[in-house]
Amino acid sequence: MENRVNNHEFEFYGEGLPEVDLRELRGRLIVIEGPDGVGRSTQVAMLKPWLESNGHAVLDTGMTRSTLAGKGIKQAKSGITLGPISLTLFYATDFADRLENEMIPALRAGFIVLTDRYIYSLIARAIVRGLDPSWIKACYGLALKPDAVFYLRGDVGDLIPRVLSSPTGFDYWESGMDIHLGEDLFDSFAEYQTRMLSVFDSMIDEYGFEVIDATQPIDAIYRNLQRRIGRLLRELY
Amino acid sequence: MRMYGDHEFPGKLFIVEGIDGSGKSTQLSLLQQWLKREGYMVFFSEWNSSPLVKETTSRGKKKQMLTPTTFSLLHATDLADRIERHIIPPLKAGAIVLADRYIYTAFARDTARGVSPHWVRELYKFAVKPTIAFYFRVPLDVSLKRILSARAGLKYYEAGMDIGLSDDIEESFELFQGMIRDKYEGMVDEFGLRVIDATRSIEEQQNEVRAIVERELTEVPKRPMPAMDFRDY
Repeated sequence: MENRVNNHEFEFYGEGLPEVDLRELRGRLIVIEGPDGVGRSTQVAMLKPWLESNGHAVLDTGMTRSTLAGKGIKQAKSGITLGPISLTLFYATDFADRLENEMIPALRAGFIVLTDRYIYSLIARAIVRGLDPSWIKACYGLALKPDAVFYLRGDVGDLIPRVLSSPTGFDYWESGMDIHLGEDLFDSFAEYQTRMLSVFDSMIDEYGFEVIDATQPIDAIYRNLQRRIGRLLRELY
Repeated sequence: MRMYGDHEFPGKLFIVEGIDGSGKSTQLSLLQQWLKREGYMVFFSEWNSSPLVKETTSRGKKKQMLTPTTFSLLHATDLADRIERHIIPPLKAGAIVLADRYIYTAFARDTARGVSPHWVRELYKFAVKPTIAFYFRVPLDVSLKRILSARAGLKYYEAGMDIGLSDDIEESFELFQGMIRDKYEGMVDEFGLRVIDATRSIEEQQNEVRAIVERELTEVPKRPMPAMDFRDY
């Protein structure tokens, strides 16, 4: 699927949302994707003030932060009480709430929406958990096609030191422990993240990801993103 | 991941559908009593009952922050939770599972709210296809009379107030119920819903339902569930 570069009107991946007039959306939608621990949120935190200093209004947003479902998902994950299909749909609810109530209003107001993850992480998690790829992609037919998706690509070996430098260490969900891939958190993490990476890689062409080598130092990644986003905004405005 | 129509279980799934006031819940509970007496394992699953999702749904409803799409997705999450937890395991165990409302309620309500019919059908592809889906057909004026005389207040979403049909909640409810009924009628052939004429007496309807269900039970094992006697505790 191609991203909308020179075409100024947004499109949905599928049938989209009822009662949204795409011609009203004047902002830009930029996605930073990539596996756990690859440094996405660090980059978003640096890009936002840079874009603002260049005169753009920016909404930064991320997964499971919706007013509607964010709390419920956190509870579900802390009690490990949802099966894979329910958890996938709960994420989709959270995504739809943020899309309709945060991202689309911001796009209507002419903001740059900079989102830490988008549907691709959610699709990858579902596929790794054995759900049907065509089903989950059809569910996310409600999503807008972004102007650009920057895929921060790391390898599993690089993710491990970053995960261990966080106070919580290996996380149950980021290690895929709910699907029993290994004897302990480390084994499971390695296997789960390997599978996640291969699903992300398989989406590069399908969704037109721009791949960024995330094994580089943070400021090299940042300059790379600045260059690409700068070019994108010049093309679009 | 098994999709609609692909599941195979020793148990059976019977579900009831119909607009509010069609009498479907009464019929389902009579069916449940009979199946238990006949010695089958019976498990009852209610619409919108998953405890975790329920909290989110009721918050969204209370604050009126649900859109047609998030309303649809939350109910899909709830049903997925119930299917993974309360429907598939008993079906595997050879039980009879009864559900008051199922995916067709979502198809009717969500599309009446303007959600794409194709998208919502894709969304619910994870659902187990029922052995029989009963649709209790009733004229709108009959069901409205039953509902509006029996209860105090209508709720915002159940009256379809969110889609702005009317400022008057009762009028909005009537219009919304009419739209939902039209959607049900359109699904009778599409999903092979078994139509029950819900204007007849409760006994006549129940006899017909039991006769239809009985034909599906020839290979279902009877294993009476122990009656709980709380005096022993």
